[in-house]
Amino acid sequence: MTGIVQNLWLVPALPILAAGIIALAKQRNRVFAASLAIGSMTLSFLLSLCAFAHVLWLSHRGEAELQVVNFRWFQFGNEWLRLGWMLNPLTAVMLLMVTFVGLLIFIYSIGYMAHDENFTRFFCFLALFAGAMLGVVIANSLLLLFMCWELVGLTSYLLIGFWYHNPRAAAAAKKAFIVTRIGDLAFFLGMAWLYAQTGTLLFYDNGAGCLEHTALASLVAQTTILGLTASTGIALLIFCGAAGKSGQVPLHVWLPDAMEGPTPVSALIHAATMVAAGVFLIARIYPLMSASLMSAHTGMALPLHPTVALQVVTWVGAITAVFGAIIAVAHYDIKRILAYSTISQLGYMMMGLGVGGVAVGMFHLLTHAFFKALLFLGAGSVIHGCSGEQDIRRMGGLRKLMPITFATYAVGMLALCGFPLFFSGFWSKDAILHAAHTWSVSQVPFHLGAFGALLTAFYMTRQVYYVFGGSSRLAGASHASPHASTTPRESAAVMTIPLLILASFAMLLGLIGTPAWPWLQAFLDGQPTALHFSAFANVYLLTVMLSSSLLVFLGLGLGWWFYGRKPMEDSQKAGAMPDAMPDAVEQLQPRIFAVLNHSFYVDELYAATLLRLNAGWASVCDWLDRWVWNGAVQTVSHLALGLAWADDFVDTRIVNAGFDEGCQSVSRGGQILALLQGGQVQSYLRRIGFALIALAVFLLWGARG
Amino acid sequence: MIAFPWITVLTSVPIAGALVVLGIGGGVGERNKNLARGLALAFSFLALGLTLFLWHHFNSASGALQFQERYPWIPALGVEYRVGIDGLGLLMLLLTSIVVPIGMLASWQIQERVPLYFSLVLLLQACLFGTFTALNFFHWFIFWELSLIPAFFLIKLWGGPRRTSAATQFLVYTMVGSIALLLAFLAIFLATGKFDFIDLAGLAQNGQLMPAVVRNLGWHRFTPEHVALMIFAGAFLGFAVKVPLVPFHTWLPSAYSEAPTGTTILLTGAMSKMGLYGFLRILLPIFGAEMQQVLTPLLWLAVATIVLSAYAALVQKDLKRIFAYSSINHLGYCLLGIFAVLKFTGGDVALTAEKYAAMNGVLLQMFNHGLTAATLFWFVAMLEKRSGGLRGLNDFGGLRKVMPVFAGLMGIALFSSLGLPGLNGFVGEFLIFKGSFPLATWAAALSVFGLLATAIFILGILQRVFSGALNTTWAAMPDLTTGERLALAPAIGLMFALGLYPQWVLAVVNSTVMQMVQQLKF
Repeated sequence: MTGIVQNLWLVPALPILAAGIIALAKQRNRVFAASLAIGSMTLSFLLSLCAFAHVLWLSHRGEAELQVVNFRWFQFGNEWLRLGWMLNPLTAVMLLMVTFVGLLIFIYSIGYMAHDENFTRFFCFLALFAGAMLGVVIANSLLLLFMCWELVGLTSYLLIGFWYHNPRAAAAAKKAFIVTRIGDLAFFLGMAWLYAQTGTLLFYDNGAGCLEHTALASLVAQTTILGLTASTGIALLIFCGAAGKSGQVPLHVWLPDAMEGPTPVSALIHAATMVAAGVFLIARIYPLMSASLMSAHTGMALPLHPTVALQVVTWVGAITAVFGAIIAVAHYDIKRILAYSTISQLGYMMMGLGVGGVAVGMFHLLTHAFFKALLFLGAGSVIHGCSGEQDIRRMGGLRKLMPITFATYAVGMLALCGFPLFFSGFWSKDAILHAAHTWSVSQVPFHLGAFGALLTAFYMTRQVYYVFGGSSRLAGASHASPHASTTPRESAAVMTIPLLILASFAMLLGLIGTPAWPWLQAFLDGQPTALHFSAFANVYLLTVMLSSSLLVFLGLGLGWWFYGRKPMEDSQKAGAMPDAMPDAVEQLQPRIFAVLNHSFYVDELYAATLLRLNAGWASVCDWLDRWVWNGAVQTVSHLALGLAWADDFVDTRIVNAGFDEGCQSVSRGGQILALLQGGQVQSYLRRIGFALIALAVFLLWGARG
Repeated sequence: MIAFPWITVLTSVPIAGALVVLGIGGGVGERNKNLARGLALAFSFLALGLTLFLWHHFNSASGALQFQERYPWIPALGVEYRVGIDGLGLLMLLLTSIVVPIGMLASWQIQERVPLYFSLVLLLQACLFGTFTALNFFHWFIFWELSLIPAFFLIKLWGGPRRTSAATQFLVYTMVGSIALLLAFLAIFLATGKFDFIDLAGLAQNGQLMPAVVRNLGWHRFTPEHVALMIFAGAFLGFAVKVPLVPFHTWLPSAYSEAPTGTTILLTGAMSKMGLYGFLRILLPIFGAEMQQVLTPLLWLAVATIVLSAYAALVQKDLKRIFAYSSINHLGYCLLGIFAVLKFTGGDVALTAEKYAAMNGVLLQMFNHGLTAATLFWFVAMLEKRSGGLRGLNDFGGLRKVMPVFAGLMGIALFSSLGLPGLNGFVGEFLIFKGSFPLATWAAALSVFGLLATAIFILGILQRVFSGALNTTWAAMPDLTTGERLALAPAIGLMFALGLYPQWVLAVVNSTVMQMVQQLKF
């Protein structure tokens, strides 16, 4: 069975290989591209199943479940930089989730993207994404994880901007890449710091890895700036990367815009897997996040007093959970509502990691992956049925027209709300709230989480009534949106079957982590588990469960009160356009609604501050270049030119002028003398004759005198 | 064994090529032009073949100089003809041999005085080969200065509308630096009677160089430190202009943007490495102690180079100017790495390992930048050919629709420039940051803003040129031809190869790097 560990690299390599082949193949060959991508994903899924079985088998035998394979990449100085992959329970469950959800979404995409001209390119990017994401999951090196992480970011960029001719999609893609890159650069620095401190980036390396005892003990012993230990500093820097990828406040702004991508992309990348990579990263480096002096001595996984890093994770998560949920109340775009819901749920996961540890956060990650993928694919089915319409005000009445979509969407919605007992979201969200309730630092995250649960139930009810309740408002809007003229129809089986499969998981998956049978928690911790119904007898547990259930019912009831009680077509009969029809909450609190509808104006705030600062600084740099540096050079050159001119002036007017004057007088004398030197014998003889006459006259005159 | 003078032969190949191509003369027919282009390309491939031969026979386990040739020339002046290469020199030879054919291919559409153009390119290649192999200041300086002549005429005769001022600025600016360099070396020669780089480095390491200078030049009014710093400043200026280091860089954007794009490829791909080569071969071994004295300002200059140039690139509207500033930014990371290595660490073994990392990163980044920048300018040349010379950021839009392959391959090159893992740009930058962070923490941390700005303008190019609605002016713009795809394939393939397996380069330079770092004595 160790063969599976040796060959685990195939899991990410197969989809990447498929992506490479599709990229080089002819664009026209649709069947080839889709079958290659789906085939590679199926193989990866089967391999992941084997890996999962292997880990189960090991845990059953009580053996060490962590297995690593490290290899050399390149040499610098005397040391080799090594990368590696690993298999442990966390990897195994994550692999299974990513390959399975990925496979379903690949299949769904055949239907959803059937008419797209860049069908093959879509599957190329999708396969590349899957490979990179699986690379993140199996990496046993922070560097390898970072590399795959960046590739995931690249594919996210490519897929958000898939409809590149749409300027909004192009802008959203750029925004997503840059906002996540801000976090990633902090991650990059954290990685450099970690490497410098521990001398390795391998997570596990027979005791020499950076997540193992020796390295952690040295990290917690060092105090750096602001009195933080090195481990805290590094953990917080890496958390910035996780916050960017997982859409935590204040780096959440890219995720709603990312909905410009095709809906299967939103389901796979921006709901189920990539955005959860940040949560996964924190789970992966949990030993570092939770390292404190105390834990270094005792070796305990979760110290009684949480570390600064984990407190930050908790607070950011709790704030994000409420922040996302509250904005989701006031949006009209079906995908944007789900996007804000995703932000909120990612906040829950982070909070779960902070207050409860790996198992709590990961449980919600897994259940969320299924029900949120289900909701997005359901939304995709709705959008597909409504010929591209995304505004929930122009939908309505789809319950009868798209029954399978409605039924599965309802399952997803109840799972997301955390409807008691029969839906997975209940169990995973409850685990988080329970852990938050027992958190030693503060009760505020618990209250925030509970409030978020109420909001979640409310906005999902609102959405479902808008989309599926009442009668269709599509026809009424047909002149506003010309392509939405046909009647909505149920999607093809290639799209509904994945919905049904996901819906069954959205219900059943909760069973792996109930308090009575906490299999997932035990599996991740590497401990045996047994069925204990007596666990429910815990009073605190029951209190939290009951109160959260009450909140869910309250949310559902409020949703019904506002949106379900009076069918929405009433106002339409009055002749109002669906877009102009005020929302029920808007009627009650128009100002608050406007603020929420603009997502608290965060984009506007960033545009007014950070983007301006960035643009201003760029202009300053350009100005420095043009006027200061170049100005100095120009000044020097003008000085040199001025000097040359002065030199020229002195030369020609002063030095040369005197010289020329002398020359000219000499030459004038010469010219006169030259007259005497004519070279003509006659003139010489003539002068001699004159001279003789003059001499003779003079002599004669003198002799007489 | 009588060693075959491989390096001399290598340097003379492009010289011979230049003469042959020039000998074709002033015929005007298309056949004549094609003959000149073909012959020039053949000579550049011959040089590439020879370089690969050297690469193959180079003993990478040794950091020592190999393929050395040494003949007395003017003994009275301490002038010898001495050439040889270590890993650094070999890497630069290979880069030059790769970049020159790219530059020639990108210059294919030049129509005026074709034989002269290509023979100047070959002459430039010979000067680069000479610079990267010479070990005696005398003929090293001849090659160093001589390289300006072909570059000047390539810009001046075939350049854009403002070519004359750009060429003049380029020539004069670089010349000023070179004169400072020459004066510094004359001072050293007067004091020591030596022009040999290796001998001078040996003296510097023994701490004998600057005392000898002070003693023999009789500048007793200055302290030895002042004399040493003055001489260092002269040599430093020569290389800082060439790299360039902010604020000595202003010649570069106009020279790069006004030069014909084929020449820009040579300037950025190969010539810009002359400055860094000078830092590594000359400044570091001979003036290491002086650089260490002014290390803090040097680090800030490197940070300024990285950040200011990246942000200046953000506001440029001309693709060539953007890539010109991006070039300054990328070479700034090399300078950061070089300066960080100079940090005095008292022989701490862990920090020595960081120095190895940073220095390996510098060499890798030099090669990667040459490859990527040359390829990017090549794409600009192809775009200019299609657009009739337009290359503004806002002149296009939606080109991906009509030229998907062009967009895809240029996208790869752009992401390589951005430093995406899996492509060649990442590993060099990672190693530089990995090494610099512990050695010069704040400088490395601030330099990250350069990476951010780079991402912004690279994605801005992708967005404005390739995405959005198709600019109907270019509705008929042809995609890459098969010939162009085949020509690009090796460059793109190399980006992937080096991104996935950088060991291919690092194995050759690592021993040299270790020796360079070990020889730094303060």
